[in-house]
Amino acid sequence: MTARDALVVTTPPLKSGRTPPEGMVERRGAGYWMTHLGLIIGLFFIFFPIWLAFVASTVTQPEIVRPPMPLLPGDQFFENYRKALVSGINAPVALMMLNSLFMALGIAFGKIVISLLSAFAIVYFRFPGRRLFFWLIFLTLMLPVEVRIVPTFEVVAGFGMLNSYSGLIFPLIASATATFLFRQFFMTVPDELAEAARVDGAGPMRFFWDILLPMSRTNIAALFVILFIYGWNQYLWPLLITTDPSMNTIVMGIKQMFPSGDDLADWPVIMATSILAMIPPVVVVISMQKLFIRGLVDSEK
Amino acid sequence: MEKRVTFKGIWLPLLLVLPQMFITAVFFFYPAGQAVWQSLFIPDPFGLSMQFVGLGNFEYLLTNSYYRASFVTTAIFSVLVTLVSMGVALYLAVLADRLIKGSGVYRTLLIWPYAIAPAVAGVLWLFMFNTRVGIVTWYLGTLGYDWNHVLNGGEAMGLVVVASAWGRISYNFLFFLAGLQAIPRSVIEAAAIDGAHFWTRFRTIVWPLLSPTTFFLLVVNVVYAFFETFGVIHTITSGGPQQSTTILVYKVYSDGFVGQDLGSSAAQSVILLLIVGALTIIQFKFIERRVHY
Repeated sequence: MTARDALVVTTPPLKSGRTPPEGMVERRGAGYWMTHLGLIIGLFFIFFPIWLAFVASTVTQPEIVRPPMPLLPGDQFFENYRKALVSGINAPVALMMLNSLFMALGIAFGKIVISLLSAFAIVYFRFPGRRLFFWLIFLTLMLPVEVRIVPTFEVVAGFGMLNSYSGLIFPLIASATATFLFRQFFMTVPDELAEAARVDGAGPMRFFWDILLPMSRTNIAALFVILFIYGWNQYLWPLLITTDPSMNTIVMGIKQMFPSGDDLADWPVIMATSILAMIPPVVVVISMQKLFIRGLVDSEK
Repeated sequence: MEKRVTFKGIWLPLLLVLPQMFITAVFFFYPAGQAVWQSLFIPDPFGLSMQFVGLGNFEYLLTNSYYRASFVTTAIFSVLVTLVSMGVALYLAVLADRLIKGSGVYRTLLIWPYAIAPAVAGVLWLFMFNTRVGIVTWYLGTLGYDWNHVLNGGEAMGLVVVASAWGRISYNFLFFLAGLQAIPRSVIEAAAIDGAHFWTRFRTIVWPLLSPTTFFLLVVNVVYAFFETFGVIHTITSGGPQQSTTILVYKVYSDGFVGQDLGSSAAQSVILLLIVGALTIIQFKFIERRVHY
């Protein structure tokens, strides 16, 4: 340890609710810059693939197929993105994005609505079969859709829901994570509120609508962020049940854009599509960062 | 935990749980039951009837060299993905935690990959390592290394591991950073005053106090590697070459939908079901208690 690494004693300004990252153990000089350097190397590793995809989406095909490809954006941005959005390869990417949007919103809204209702019933009522119901939904936490794809596919096909939004949405909302989250939250709501509502003659639905729902706003929003990304990024399920290119979602549609056999892929259009596929979830995560992190930590614990 | 104050009524709550019950029954319990049921049968050669074989499908799988190879592949794959993504994430989180200002900026930038679908991550990495146009392939070529993950199983495995781990770094980073920031400064400062250097402090104080987070992430990452990396595998290698990247979930898909071997695919689903069940129980029971506070 060198003299420049010596401890610098500072008084940390106290912020409420969280240990401030600043404190006595702080390094100045070489150590400080090494920290930044280390983080920047990490950022480079994280962002290089994204940057390269962006560059590829702004150049011409010949520039890519004669490696090495350029590392700075070209002038074909509008041309490539227009081509992808309007005509795509199997289906216009704008249409695939719309399908993804419907799917993601359907999953997020659907799961939140049914989970709010059933969590309310579990927490605020005593009814026959309540325990059984609780354990039944607990079981669903254990089985991701990937494990039961073949029989679920048969059910969806039996209902004639292949190539439909309902086929994309319903099997993915059959899981109880959200129900647990809301149950957990409802348990922390003071009993006095329900008591007061009852004394004032408000029925259970009135209590749910006027008191419980407004109190759950932040939780609902946090969960919405998580579920939107979950829905948008689905791959295996849409791959199985959307055989019609006009029902493809953008995330699964990218792979379909590669030619079979030895033909050369249309890289600029494929990379433009990849960029388009990541924009909505990235925007949601970045703009709602606080809610997102909170939702993430809550839904996993 | 029970509420003291409840509302009266039986029909209303039943009505409220009905939507979830219905969807769960139709799209979850029925298919899961079907998987268990189908795993006990094999279809006849014409696909007209099913013949009951008891545990025959399982017996066949456990003695089948392809399936056992897929088990080994999955184990290697998930261990590597977990180690790489957690290692990089911990390294970045420790660095970000040392900063006085600006850790928020790094956090905002580092959470990007979380939002990127595994399948899209697969396409990005495939593009860099593409045998014909990939820029990394080209640079490796100038160094005299002939990269070809289409033919070389080891390189294929390396590529799907890196692509899968890359997408997971943000998630692990967020949890590690939260865990690090929850460690009381006073403990670390006390050690520093006693002359413990950074590495000593990390080894004797930070790492043990971080163990709840680490255990939690270990389980969650193994689950991720098992089930959520299908998109990466499918876009980059489609399980090849020679099944060297066929993880268990990919095999359920390829046997069930490509090979149309329903009995075997169902039996594989049941085995996966048992694995997830075990992991979930570990997550709920073991980790909650074994943690070092």
